[in-house]
Amino acid sequence: MKILEELYYTKEHDWIKVDGNIAMIGITDKAQNLLGDIVYIELPEEDDEIAKGESYGVVESVKAATDLLAPISGEVIEINEEVVDEPEKVNEDAYENWFIKVSIEDKEQLNKLLSAKEYTEFCNKEE
Amino acid sequence: MIKDEKLIFELSKSGLQGIDLNSNEFDNENIKEYIPDKFLRNKEAKLPEVGQLDILRHFSALGRMNYDLSKGIYPLGSCTMKYNPVVNEQIGRLPKFANIHPKQPIGTVQGVLEMMYNLQLYLSSITGMKQTTLQPAAGAHGELTGMMMIKKYHQNNRDYERNEIIIPDSAHGTNPASAIMAGFKVVEIESGENGLVDIEKLKNVVSNKTAGLMLTNPNTLGLFEKDISEIADIIHDAGGLLYYDGANLNAIMGVSRPGDMGFDVVHLNLHKTFSTPHGGGGPGSGPVGVSQKLIPFLPKSVVCKDKNGKYFLQENNDVSIGQVKAYYGHILVFIKAYAYILALGEEGLKESSMQAVLNANYLKNEIEDNYQIVSTGFCKHEFVVSGLKDKLSHVSTLDVAKRLLDAGYHPPTIYFPLIVPEAMMFEPTESEDKKSLDELAKALNCIAIEAKDNAEIVKNAPHTTFVKRLDEVKAARKPIVRYLD
Amino acid sequence: MIPYLKITESERKEMLSKLEIDNMEELFNDIPKKLRVNKKLKIPNKMSEIELINHINEIGKQNVSTDDVISFLGGGVYNHYIPPMIDQILMKPEFYTAYTPYQPEISQGTLQAIFEFQTMICEITGLDVSNASVYDGATAASEAMNMACNHTKRNKILIASTLNPETKNVLKTYAVCQDIEIIEINSVDGVLNIDDLEQKMNQDIAMCLVQNPNYLGQIEDCEKIEEIVHKTKKTLFGIYSYPMSLGILKSPGELNADIAIGDGQCFGISQGFGGPHLGFMAAKKNLLRKLPGRIVGETEDKDGKRAFVLTLQAREQHIRREKASSNICSNQSLLALANTVYLSMVGREGFKKLAIQITNKAHYLQKKLLLINGVKLKYDGPFFNEFVIEIDGDIQNVLDELFSKGYYGGIKLTGDENKNCIMIAVTEKHTKNNLDDFADALEEVLS
Repeated sequence: MKILEELYYTKEHDWIKVDGNIAMIGITDKAQNLLGDIVYIELPEEDDEIAKGESYGVVESVKAATDLLAPISGEVIEINEEVVDEPEKVNEDAYENWFIKVSIEDKEQLNKLLSAKEYTEFCNKEE
Repeated sequence: MIKDEKLIFELSKSGLQGIDLNSNEFDNENIKEYIPDKFLRNKEAKLPEVGQLDILRHFSALGRMNYDLSKGIYPLGSCTMKYNPVVNEQIGRLPKFANIHPKQPIGTVQGVLEMMYNLQLYLSSITGMKQTTLQPAAGAHGELTGMMMIKKYHQNNRDYERNEIIIPDSAHGTNPASAIMAGFKVVEIESGENGLVDIEKLKNVVSNKTAGLMLTNPNTLGLFEKDISEIADIIHDAGGLLYYDGANLNAIMGVSRPGDMGFDVVHLNLHKTFSTPHGGGGPGSGPVGVSQKLIPFLPKSVVCKDKNGKYFLQENNDVSIGQVKAYYGHILVFIKAYAYILALGEEGLKESSMQAVLNANYLKNEIEDNYQIVSTGFCKHEFVVSGLKDKLSHVSTLDVAKRLLDAGYHPPTIYFPLIVPEAMMFEPTESEDKKSLDELAKALNCIAIEAKDNAEIVKNAPHTTFVKRLDEVKAARKPIVRYLD
Repeated sequence: MIPYLKITESERKEMLSKLEIDNMEELFNDIPKKLRVNKKLKIPNKMSEIELINHINEIGKQNVSTDDVISFLGGGVYNHYIPPMIDQILMKPEFYTAYTPYQPEISQGTLQAIFEFQTMICEITGLDVSNASVYDGATAASEAMNMACNHTKRNKILIASTLNPETKNVLKTYAVCQDIEIIEINSVDGVLNIDDLEQKMNQDIAMCLVQNPNYLGQIEDCEKIEEIVHKTKKTLFGIYSYPMSLGILKSPGELNADIAIGDGQCFGISQGFGGPHLGFMAAKKNLLRKLPGRIVGETEDKDGKRAFVLTLQAREQHIRREKASSNICSNQSLLALANTVYLSMVGREGFKKLAIQITNKAHYLQKKLLLINGVKLKYDGPFFNEFVIEIDGDIQNVLDELFSKGYYGGIKLTGDENKNCIMIAVTEKHTKNNLDDFADALEEVLS
C-alpha cells in the first residue's frame, strides 16, 4: 500500500495535506483498495461547515457505502468536481485525487492526526 | 437457445393498441369545457404501442429468462423458498375477495373479515402470542411496526431514556435499519461461539437505556438459542422487550413457539414460512404478533368479533401506533396463507418443519467433505458454510455460486451472515426430496473438484446462462434506470 | 401424506440412517423440554382440497363484491377493468414463484420487466428516475418524507389537508419515529388554501406535499403552489397523483415537481379490500441516489450483451444496515409486472383515450345528479373522475336505500365541513345505462 511521507493520516484511512491554513483531504490507497471499484462520491457544498468526527460525505462502491468522517473541523472552501464526475480516478491514484479543501479552524486538531510512520504501523497491525 | 428480448418500447409501432376499451358515446376529446387548458398535459407519456400478440410473446420471452421454482430447487438460506400451492393462486383471485372495496359497509365484508380474524387466531396460536395484526406489508415492514410498538410502550411508561436496541452482528440488515427508522440507536453485540448470543457480552451492554433486543431463533447459522429463556430474563429484568425476527420460523412450526420462549413481539413472513409466492420480490406480508402488554399499541384495524358474532375493525385504541400502511394489509396474500394453514393443519405444519430440518441436515452431510462447515452438531432448517474447504485455489463463494448457475441451480444465499467469511447459507426447505438434494449435492461437489483441477472455469462462470457476469460497477457509476430512445 | 411434500417414507429412512439417527425428533433434542409445544394449537383439522375450496367459497358468500352491485366507491382505490392478459402472465410460475433478482444472470425476465416498469413510471410522471416500487401510495409518501428530510437536513414538512386520510395517517405514524413535524395547509372550497401555504412556507420546510386530484376529487392549482414552494431554496415539491388521471392532466414533471408518488392499483390490480397494491416513486435526476428501495439499472455482461441488474444496492439495508436510508427490503415486483402489462396493453393512445372517457362519464353523471331535487354540488372546481355531492337528508339512510337498490352509492365523508356529503367515483366500467339507472335510483330514494 502506498503511503506518502509528507501527509497526515487517520485510522479511518483519510489523508490530509496541510498548506498554511488550508487542509486538503482525501482517502488513502488502502481505503480505495478496501472499497473496490468506487462508483459514487458525495461531497458537501462550498461554504458548508464540517465538524471533526462527523460525516461530511459518502463514498460508495458496489459492495459498500461508507461515511466520510471529517478529520478536522473547518469550512469547506473548495470541492473537487473531478472525483464527483469520475470517481474511478480515486482507484487509479488515491493521493492525486483529493476530495475537499478546508480552512483549518483549530490547528491543535492536527496534533491528533497520525504521521506517515504511525499510519504505516497502524495498517500493519490491522493486517 | 434463447435469443435476445428487446424492450417493449423497442417493439412499438405507431398506431398499435393492445386492447380496445373504447366507448362510443364518451370519447369526445374536447374536454376543455370540463378542465381548463392550464391543467391539461402537453407532453404525452410515451407508452408502448403494440398488439396483444406482441404482449403475450414479449412477456412469455421474459419469463423464459427466469429461473423459478417450477424449474428446480432454490436453496436460499433465510428465504424459505418452499412450494407455492397452485390452488392458492386461484383462491387468491376469487372475485368475492378480490373485488371488494376497502370502504364498503362493514356488513358487506363479513366474509373477508372472518378470514382475517381466523388467520389472526391461527398465527397467534402458532407463535404463542396473544394477538396479531395483519397490516404490515412485508417482513421489514413488520419489523418497523414491532419497533414502533416497543418505542410507544416505553414512552407510555414515561421511560423516555430507553432508546437503545441491541442487535447481534449476525442479524439480517433489515433489523438495524428498522430500529433506526423507528428512531432508536443500535447497539451491536458480537456473537459468541456458533453465532449464538454471548450471555456475558449481553449482560455488559444491557442497561436502563435498553428498549429491547432483536433476535431470530434459530439464529442465522441455523442453530437454536438454547439459552433463550435466560436471555429473555436478562432483557426483561432490565426493563426491555424481546423482539423475534420470524424469518426462521419454518424450523419450528408446531415444535416450539416464540411466545413460550419469552418474546414480546414477533413478525412473520407469510411469503416464507406460509408458502405465499415471492413474486420476484413482492408482494409479501409481515403480520406481527404481540404479548398481552403490547396489545394496546397494535396498529388500528385489527379484526375483532362483537358479542353478536359480527366482525369489525378495531379503531378505538388510543395508544395505538396508528396505521403503518393504507387500509388493512395484503388481503389477497393472507388468503393464500390461510388456505395453506387449513390444508396442512397442525400435523402438517409440524411435519413440514421437521422435514425442512431433516433436509438441511442431510444436505449438510452430503457436502461437508468439500465445504467448510461452520458449526458442529445438527442444524435446524438452514446451515452456513464458509466457502470451499480447500482455500488454495482462491475460488470464492461468488465463483461457486456463479458456477452453480451453469449446473442449472439457483445458488444459496451468499455473503450473509456477515460474521462468516465467504458465507454460503443453504435452506433446501421441506418441499425437496432425497433425489433433488442428492443432485444438488453432486453439483456442489463437482464444483469443488473443478476448483482444484480447473479453477479458471469456476472463476469465469457462468458460461451457459443467458447473460454472463455483469458489469455492476458500470451500472452503479453511470446509472441508467429507464429506457430513452 | 401432504401433497406439498414429495418425500417418501423410504427416502426418509435412508436419510435418517445416513445421519445416524432413528427419527426426525432427534434433530430437535437441543430444544429445552419446557419450550416444546405441549398442547393442541388452535388450528382446525386439515382439509382436503375440495373441502378447502368449499370452505372459502362459503365464507366468500358473505361478501357483497363490486360485481354483485354497481359501485361508485373511490377515494384512492378504484374499480377499473382488469384485462385477463394480466393474470395470464402473472400466473406463469416464472414470474410468481421467482425470487428477488439478486442473481441477475438467471433473473433477466424479472429485471427487464422492472426496468420497463420504471420507464413507464418516468413517462407517466414526466420525471427522470423511478424506483422499482414500494408497498403502496401511503408508504411511498412516508418514504418521500424521509427522503426529503434527509436530503435537505430539515425536519418539517407541509402537507395539504386534502391528502387522502389514509396517506395522512401513515405519514403521521412514520413522522413520529424521526421527530419530523407535519404541518397541514388548510383548504378553502375544496382546494388548497394558497394564502395559508404562503404563510406556512419557510426555510425550515423539507418538502411540500400535495395530492392532485386531491382527496375530494378536485384539481389543484399546482403551478401556483410550485411557485411558492420553490421560492425557498432547497425545499422539495412533491405531488401525490392518481396516475390514471395523468392520461390528460399535467404531469408532475411538467409542474416542476421534485418527487412524484402515488398508487398503481388503478393499472391492472384488484381492489382486494385494500391490498396488496403498489406505491411508485419518481424523482428528478439529482435525487436518484436518495430514492429508497430497489432500483434496476442497465449494464452489459462481459460479452457486451445488454443486461439488467439491481443497482445502487450500497444504499440499501442489506449493505448499509443501520445507515440505510430506509429499511425496505422488497418491492411489489409481481404487481409492478401487472402495471407493466396493463400499460403495454392500453398503450400510448389508449392511456389518453381512457382518461378522456372516464372524465366524460364522470361529468355526464354529475350533470344528471345535479338535476335531482335535494342534490347539490359541494365543490364546483374542475375535477377528473370523482366529485362530492351534498344531500338533503340522512346520508346513511340514503346510502342504505341505494344499497338495497343494488348500488354502493359512494364514500360517506367525515368531518363537520362535509356533513351529508358523499363522494362519487366513476370509471370506464360504468356504462351509460349504469349511470342513468343510478341517477334514477337516487332520485327515487330522495323523493
